[in-house]
Amino acid sequence: MVIMDQPQGSLAGAAKAEMRPSPVSAPEPAGETIVRIENLTIRYGDFSAVKNVSLDVYRNQATALIGPSGCGKSTLLRAINRMNDFVPNCQVDGRIVVRGRSIYDPGCDPVDLRRHIGMVFQKPNPFPKSIYRNVSWGAKINGYRGDMDALVEQCLRRAGLWEEVKDKLKQVALNLSGGQQQRLCIARALALQPDVLLMDEPCSALDPIATARIEDLIDQLKTDYTVVLVTHNMQQAARVSDRTAFLYMGELIEVEDTHVLFTHPRHPRTQAYITGRFG
Amino acid sequence: MTSAAPSISMLYQPRLARRKACNVVFYVTGAAVCAMTVALLATLIGVVLKDGWTFLTVRFVTSFPSRIEPELAGVKPALFGSLCVVLMTGVISVPLGVGAAVYLSEYAGDSRLNRFIQLNIANLAGVPSIVYGLLGLAVFVRWLHLGSSILAGSLTMSLLVLPVIIISAREAIAAVPQSLRQAAYALGATRWQTVRAHVLPSALPGILTGVILSLSRAVGEAAPLLIVGAAAFMLSMPGSQAGGGAWNKLVAIGTDNFAVLPIQIFNWCKEPDVVFQQLAAAGIVVLLAALLAMNSVAVGIRLWHQRKRTW
Repeated sequence: MVIMDQPQGSLAGAAKAEMRPSPVSAPEPAGETIVRIENLTIRYGDFSAVKNVSLDVYRNQATALIGPSGCGKSTLLRAINRMNDFVPNCQVDGRIVVRGRSIYDPGCDPVDLRRHIGMVFQKPNPFPKSIYRNVSWGAKINGYRGDMDALVEQCLRRAGLWEEVKDKLKQVALNLSGGQQQRLCIARALALQPDVLLMDEPCSALDPIATARIEDLIDQLKTDYTVVLVTHNMQQAARVSDRTAFLYMGELIEVEDTHVLFTHPRHPRTQAYITGRFG
Repeated sequence: MTSAAPSISMLYQPRLARRKACNVVFYVTGAAVCAMTVALLATLIGVVLKDGWTFLTVRFVTSFPSRIEPELAGVKPALFGSLCVVLMTGVISVPLGVGAAVYLSEYAGDSRLNRFIQLNIANLAGVPSIVYGLLGLAVFVRWLHLGSSILAGSLTMSLLVLPVIIISAREAIAAVPQSLRQAAYALGATRWQTVRAHVLPSALPGILTGVILSLSRAVGEAAPLLIVGAAAFMLSMPGSQAGGGAWNKLVAIGTDNFAVLPIQIFNWCKEPDVVFQQLAAAGIVVLLAALLAMNSVAVGIRLWHQRKRTW
């Protein structure tokens, strides 16, 4: 893959076509539903963290999940790549359909699912290995047979980190700043060419400048990926997302195009939250 | 509302001098305890060195023990036996122990059975070593017909150290941050890929510490091997009668009778003649040196691993 001097936007798109020899389907138009959540209820023991939520996530959009602490937005996000499987007593009812596959069906392998749905966590969690290995490991364990150096460079460029780290790829990633670490985690997720990128409050541990860089990045990533973003920062949701879903006490109160939700909320509780009266 | 609160700062009584005095008291106590420990160890080593000084020559580690000519006695078979036992114990117990720890902490859920198993492992760690000796005698020596061999002794020692290795490895694995596992799983890694690439490397220093502590214990134990039937003293090396290839030789060493340093020391200590006390002291020095060498190897591995990690 020697397409490094093309403009960044088309890079991942071109790479995506090349890296997936057997695409699941032909290129689809924007606006198509890529993740469909149907009547989803998630319980931890007796406690229902998510109650009967139905929500569509559209391709090449950033969908923000907002709501006060404990409203179930992170739980909902982690249901999409089945990270809740690791939580004891976590019980899921309802369906999530990703690209036509119902992911909680017995036939669906969560290991395979997670390859197609990348995740970025609240606190930057790079592996205590070199920058290079952080990006290449996911591709390696999933049997990537292309040019690894090119893939690492491309993902780091896509995450806006290449210029800062190109001379120290062999250094341990823990020496990077928090914002750089988080961008490295994004690059690491991109190395698998995921369909959807889940972000669980990706900026909550970062300073304003690093936050702004991640937000710019989310905006760029939308051209090739679909982003689902959990945030407790309403301004952030307003800045970067196309659609916003407001959750409260595990229930989906309202989901709407972001500019509509923030200017004309239908539900009084949404209005109360976005105007800062609680939360 | 408050009735004439004179000043909020009046409510604080820092008693700074008193708190600082407490701090100094603790500092002095801690330093004294530390110094006492070091002094005790230094005295022990000093006494042993003084007693055994005349025997601490190369000849001592290359000669066989002798009752008739104690001034020519040495620890060659005992040192060899100890090294064989600790090596074989490590080969048997480390994979088993680390494997069990990985299973218990990464694979097995938090079930009642799992908790029961863990409780029992903790109990096993407290069982007196002589009980393991009896078990080894019954199972390995008699039932499996291994005889009083290095193999039987190593298997017995493995039983002895396994609980400690499992517990310490489990703790080291539990200390690996959960975020690291989540990062790996989110990239589509299987459990084993996550364990192999991230959990075990991060837990390795802690696992090594546990392994070294338990193997050091195995080197110093006399009681279980006494029961298993290690020789009081040997006049030939284990497996020296065997001919043929390297494999035959190895099998012969594994199945031959053997001596170990702690039992050799114990036997010398029982003798009334002062020359045997000196031999025992020299044996202790050799045993301590072997322990120190083992620990250095562990520190070496740990340093090498840390250097490797920065790639």
